[in-house]
Amino acid sequence: MTTAVADHHHDEVPKGITRWLFTTNHKDIGTLYLWFSFIMFLVGGAMALVIRAELFMPGLQVVNPHFYNQMVTVHALVMIFGAVMPGFVGFANWMLPMMIGAPDMALPRLNNWSFWLLPFATTLLITSLFVPGGGPAAGWTIYPPLSIQGGMGVDLTIFTIHILGMSSILGAINIIATILNMRAPGMTLLKMPLFVWTWVITAFLLIAAMPVLAGAVTMLLTDRHFGTAFFSAAGGGDPVMFQHIFWFFGHPEVYILILPAFGIISQVIPTFSRKPLFGYTSMVFATAAIAFLSFIVWAHHMYTVGMPLSGELFFMYSTMLIAIPTGVKVFNWLATMWRGSMTFETPMLYAIATVALFTVGGLTGLMMAITPADFQYHDTYFIVAHFHYVIFCGSVLAMFSGVYYWLPKWTGHMYDETLGKVHFWLTVISFNITFFPQHFLGFAGMPRRIPDYSLQFAEFNMVSSIGGFILGFSQLILLWVVIKSIRGGKKATAEVWDNPEGLEWTVPSPAPYHTFATAPEVR
Amino acid sequence: MTERNVRKSNRRVTGWLSLWVVGMFGFGYALVPLYSVFCEITGLNGKSATLSEVSAAPLTIDKSRTVTVEFTVNVSGIPWRVDRPKTVRLNVHPGEATTVIYEAHSLVDAMTAGQAVPSVTPAKAARHFRKTECFCFTRQELVGGESKLMPVTFVVDPKLPAEVKTITLSYEVYPANENLTNNS
Amino acid sequence: MIVSRFKKLRSAIVATAGAGMMGILPTVAQAEWALNLQRPVTEIARVQYDLHMLIMYIVTVIGIIVFGVMFYSIAKFRKSKGAEAAKFSHSTKAEVLWTVIPTLILIAMAVPSTKALLLMEDTTESDMVLKVTGYQWGWQYDYLEEDVSFFSKLATPQSQITGNETKGENYLLEVDNHLVIPAGKKVRLLLTAKDVIHAWWVPQLGGKKDAIPGYINEMWIRADETGTYRGQCAELCGKDHGYMPIVVDVVEEAEYMAWIEAQKNKS
Ligand code: HEM
Ligand SMILES: [Cu+2]
Ligand SMILES: [Cu+2]
Repeated sequence: MTTAVADHHHDEVPKGITRWLFTTNHKDIGTLYLWFSFIMFLVGGAMALVIRAELFMPGLQVVNPHFYNQMVTVHALVMIFGAVMPGFVGFANWMLPMMIGAPDMALPRLNNWSFWLLPFATTLLITSLFVPGGGPAAGWTIYPPLSIQGGMGVDLTIFTIHILGMSSILGAINIIATILNMRAPGMTLLKMPLFVWTWVITAFLLIAAMPVLAGAVTMLLTDRHFGTAFFSAAGGGDPVMFQHIFWFFGHPEVYILILPAFGIISQVIPTFSRKPLFGYTSMVFATAAIAFLSFIVWAHHMYTVGMPLSGELFFMYSTMLIAIPTGVKVFNWLATMWRGSMTFETPMLYAIATVALFTVGGLTGLMMAITPADFQYHDTYFIVAHFHYVIFCGSVLAMFSGVYYWLPKWTGHMYDETLGKVHFWLTVISFNITFFPQHFLGFAGMPRRIPDYSLQFAEFNMVSSIGGFILGFSQLILLWVVIKSIRGGKKATAEVWDNPEGLEWTVPSPAPYHTFATAPEVR
Repeated sequence: MTERNVRKSNRRVTGWLSLWVVGMFGFGYALVPLYSVFCEITGLNGKSATLSEVSAAPLTIDKSRTVTVEFTVNVSGIPWRVDRPKTVRLNVHPGEATTVIYEAHSLVDAMTAGQAVPSVTPAKAARHFRKTECFCFTRQELVGGESKLMPVTFVVDPKLPAEVKTITLSYEVYPANENLTNNS
Repeated sequence: MIVSRFKKLRSAIVATAGAGMMGILPTVAQAEWALNLQRPVTEIARVQYDLHMLIMYIVTVIGIIVFGVMFYSIAKFRKSKGAEAAKFSHSTKAEVLWTVIPTLILIAMAVPSTKALLLMEDTTESDMVLKVTGYQWGWQYDYLEEDVSFFSKLATPQSQITGNETKGENYLLEVDNHLVIPAGKKVRLLLTAKDVIHAWWVPQLGGKKDAIPGYINEMWIRADETGTYRGQCAELCGKDHGYMPIVVDVVEEAEYMAWIEAQKNKS
């Protein structure tokens, strides 16, 4: 830790591996998070390609069903807990202190900890694939009794979830403390950039939801090994109770995945529309409303478990309600673009695609909110299409938007605009080739989580697999763009873009190792 | 804020948030009893009431109404055959006590113990379906090859919602193990 | 409108995927490209279908408006065309409008949805009861009043799955013993499971329902048309989850009577 302490007094950047191991610098930690997220994105992506390869044609040709189930499970866990959540924490680390004019995060040493828990946890998860009995194979939702049947891989997964949960909770505490305590003088709450707002709300969701998941998987663990019977009917428990507890965490979790994304595009769209964000206060309130409502809609994932009528009605109405603040956000972004003076650099392209395609996912969400219809959609490919539209197009494309937007600030060099655009078009087109047909597959009756399917689903699956492979390999372009921009390129100015809003643009590019050692004045 | 104050404030925020985290972890566990209470009230998971849990006062018999009660049983992981009562469907009046008999047969030579777990559908009928005596209250033991009559006595509460015309009582029989909580 | 949209999309997808790909498509009897829910044959499935179409029209219109405004802005308000940025950053009128209008649309959607749900949950006055038990990996059917009980498992041979034999028309959707029910009768299904959670689903007969070990669930179907209807387990239940289909023969009542008598004599 000596280097870390020294950092605060000297402005030179420490060298070597210890810089990364012991760093307490928010920019270093942000970088670590972002690289980690990207690596997990590729690992999870490779698993997705195994899935799509198996589904290319009817019949079993690539893997066996048990391994297929492991891929489905671990792909989801890696993407959600390894790629998307840490990715946004990376953005938070890099940008939050700069956006609020703070020298660093509030709890720098804790920050180092929360990052280094991650590689450890995901290694455990991936190791589980190689233990006897294989990895977890009950889906990322690990419903008992199926998850009770699994081997040691399930226990490793439970530990992984504990550690990842701990990491996110520590990260969330740090973010809240930073935002509450470290703002520069004059940076009142209602002056905070929207990215800061969405993150503070996300952090509250995290500390409310993650411990509940930790509790649920702990119960699973004791059911598996220590004779409790929380979820076993034979011992007086109830397997459906797991689903209630899981989704009490699970639905807030999906908003944990999307709110920071809303924050990023709320930064990007005004910049490239050259116009202030429309409806700032209503954006803040809509975010808070979504966060609150997200705790009372959970059972829309469980319409078919046999709830009483009153329950089904309650969750249907509350789920429909959550569409309203979500709609408000979309309309505000459109109104920000309206009568603006737009240019279409890669970050803006990604932000627009996020709004457009997230809307598709939101609208399918609305369809699934309708309980009677969801009895047809539930557990089909329609669901798979929905959550990829909201998570890939909502969260991941927004992250891409953020990467291109802030990359010049991080590296000091402009990225290659042509390559960026190639990456954009390949990603967006192949995404739609991959996932749009899955809506039709779901309608036609193809269940999710199956390694093999009947012949009427063959055509769209083949289209989807082809799209999937293009989508997967297109992501290497992003790697190339980032490396190119680290190594050189046109020097970026402090502002980078045309008169962007925010304190991060008042510091030089690349941002010095220490920024805002003395707090800026905010008017 | 001065640096000192910021530190103090950071510590305070961290303390409160950590407490909250611990609280939420506890809340996850608290959901277990909460869920049971909730199910009791709504019949959500189809667990029916026992008389010991509800008032033991005799119910008035409502002759004007009949309700059909159906019986089924499943056996899971134990070498038994369990036959449901001879009559699959029985018409009863609310308030009237009725006894039906399930029959268990051991299919092995050794002694085995089973525990029956009841479930009632539709959900909204569950808490109005009261068992005053049931083989599911305790574990049942069968010596090798034995057969055993297992009675259950129930009353349908006259407060049963009017739209319910049929109630299904189902049992799942599992091997009994030591740490069984009492099912009802 | 929606149909033409789908048609456009369909040709777009086909075009994108390229003609070359068409050549390697499996030579199957039905090149389906099915785009919508399967044709409903029960009241519940029909109500679900109509509701689904209604909501889909509504969200399609909303989608077209959102996309329309977006593409209009993209085309019109670009700097390269000399657009000057306006300065406004809120408008109470607009904000109230786009909160209130969606609320009204949602209320309009909630009414038929509530009605449909009431219908689905009404399991009273059924003509017969059928117990469905899911297990790893197949289904057991009990005709409670008739004392008829049998198992129903995948009938597709392994060689078709591994590709050593041409896949048959009903690949993965065929079982050894079909479930047989009479047309026009309200059949109440009692669902449960032996080991893990399964879900019983025949799309044309209506929605799915979970089969949960230790608990009993219910749903009902009344098929108006005779025919053979196929479905699958819809809840991940382990290794062979993809291989536990459901086949239901809906037959005339007389035929059903004869069938059930034959079953009784069998056992
Ligand atoms: C307008 C907003 C939304 C509505 C009304 C909505 C509604 C729903 C419903 C009803 C389901 C359950 C469907 C079923 O299994 O039968 C569902 C599933 C899902 N949603 Fe959404 N959703 C919305 C937005 C989002 C967002 C923003 C995300 C994440 C970023 C998300 C992620 C998911 C995921 C991951 C699942 C599937 C979970 C699983 O079963 O594995 N949704 N959504
Ligand atoms: Cu949800
Ligand atoms: Cu299954």
